[in-house]
Amino acid sequence: MSLAMTTGEETNPPAGRPEPRSVPVRAAAPKARDAAAAPRTAVPALAIRQLSVCFGANQVLKEVSLEIEARAVTAIIGPSGCGKSTFLRALNRMHELVPEARMTGEIRLFGEDIYASRVEPVIVRRRVGMVFQKSNPFPTMSIADNVTVGLRLNGLRARATLLDRMEQSLRMAALWDEVKDRLHAPAISLSGGQQQRLCIARALAVQPEVLLMDEPASALDPLATAKIEDLILELKQDFTIVIVTHNMQQAARISDFTAFLYLGELIEFDQTRKIFTSPSKQQTEDYVTGRFG
Amino acid sequence: MTTANHRWRGFKNGLMQSVTLTCAILVIAPLVLVFSHLIASGIGAVNWDFFTKLPKPVGETGGGMANAIVGTVVLLGIASLVGVPVGVLGGVYLSEYSFSRLNGWIRFAADVLNGVPSIIWGMVVYELVVLPRKGFSAWAGGIVLGMMMIPLIMRTTEEVLQLVPNGYREAALALGIAQWRTIIQIVVRTALKGIVTGVLLSLARVAGETAPLLFTALGNSNWNRNLSDPIAALPLQIFSYAISPYDDWHRQAWAGALVLLLLITLINVGVRVLTRDRFQQSAR
Repeated sequence: MSLAMTTGEETNPPAGRPEPRSVPVRAAAPKARDAAAAPRTAVPALAIRQLSVCFGANQVLKEVSLEIEARAVTAIIGPSGCGKSTFLRALNRMHELVPEARMTGEIRLFGEDIYASRVEPVIVRRRVGMVFQKSNPFPTMSIADNVTVGLRLNGLRARATLLDRMEQSLRMAALWDEVKDRLHAPAISLSGGQQQRLCIARALAVQPEVLLMDEPASALDPLATAKIEDLILELKQDFTIVIVTHNMQQAARISDFTAFLYLGELIEFDQTRKIFTSPSKQQTEDYVTGRFG
Repeated sequence: MTTANHRWRGFKNGLMQSVTLTCAILVIAPLVLVFSHLIASGIGAVNWDFFTKLPKPVGETGGGMANAIVGTVVLLGIASLVGVPVGVLGGVYLSEYSFSRLNGWIRFAADVLNGVPSIIWGMVVYELVVLPRKGFSAWAGGIVLGMMMIPLIMRTTEEVLQLVPNGYREAALALGIAQWRTIIQIVVRTALKGIVTGVLLSLARVAGETAPLLFTALGNSNWNRNLSDPIAALPLQIFSYAISPYDDWHRQAWAGALVLLLLITLINVGVRVLTRDRFQQSAR
């Protein structure tokens, strides 16, 4: 089994090539791509063009277009109800869980159209992982089982690989040292911040290329939040991260790029430094300085 | 506010409290009454022979209901084979898959079926199974009990699955886990105790059914050696002994009723243990 696995993707699939259906999960960690060699203008991790999403008659996103750079942190900010979460969910087709959701436009993941008719949402979600606002470790499972669940339920059986991947993921999520002596304790015995890092480890274990985070620290205390933020800065070495946040300081601290959404429209998208120091739109300035929202 | 007013209020309050307390006691009273009466009348005939021997012919004393006890267990087993898969999977469909208008109709149908008198179930299975196969059988008895379990299990399964927070479904789907695996390994597993509770409650409910078995399992004063033959069951045995003119059979009927009630109580205790466990877990 493990042999069959390692013949699969060793690194992120190159642009335009669909991930083979026969490879349920990548067995090996994605190799850190050569950052110096890859010019900043390489294929974006996600290219979103004219994305509109409606729930029934309610249009939540209006023709949003932006490109998300690989191995960088992109923050999505905006007042409640502006479509941030919907935008995030469209990136791994999670919005499809709502039956009346309709989407138009195009999203390319490393050049590949994730809404093409032959692409299964399940495969998209393996490549684009997600961490939610409310930590949700599976209550029936131990800490270890929570981390490996995505691999096991996608058909990976090799015990050694699972153990490797579990330790690696917990280390990446900066949780290993805290839980290594009680890997078989129930996941819900962890504290809130630990649970959220466990959820991040669980998402990392399936080796996604992009990690979507929907206000991952909004339910945590300042210390746990700081840990998550450090973690995000670590993770951007290997992963592309898109984070929705209500916390302006957080966006300024951790992101490289910031998109400001308002009432379903993309008002401004630029480098974070620019958004927070000299935005080109008055609305953006009003929002980041706290004058509305 | 005068003192008299206070007193009048106090009186009304006391009156209300005593009326509700009386009603609450009236709820328990039948259970106490039934249990004490059954123990008083039946305990004398509950002995080793009762659990190990076959019924004796009229006129001979002694004998037991071993065949009826085993028969009830066999019937409940067949009923579970029919009722649990259909009921649980139907509940899974209602909770996890369909958002269509069909759901409302299925729910409505299940609720109507829950209220259908058991004798009608017996007549239906008599038409569907007994007549075509030209004979009463354990299969027919198990099938009718199983059919009665389906709507009960389906509704309880749906309800406990709805209690599973959506975050777990989303988390699993976001890991690229297929929906059917998410349902089985995450959603059903999280709600498993609740589902088992529903199954046990439905078993307790049908264990004492008599009327549908009259049309299907018929009863048997001997061991059932073939599931295509009639089979004895505790409620049937109690029924036929209770309407007989013999004192010894009456004693046996009381004993049978006591054993049946204990069986059902045992199932309910199992339910309590399971649900208590679940609350402890969520409180952690």
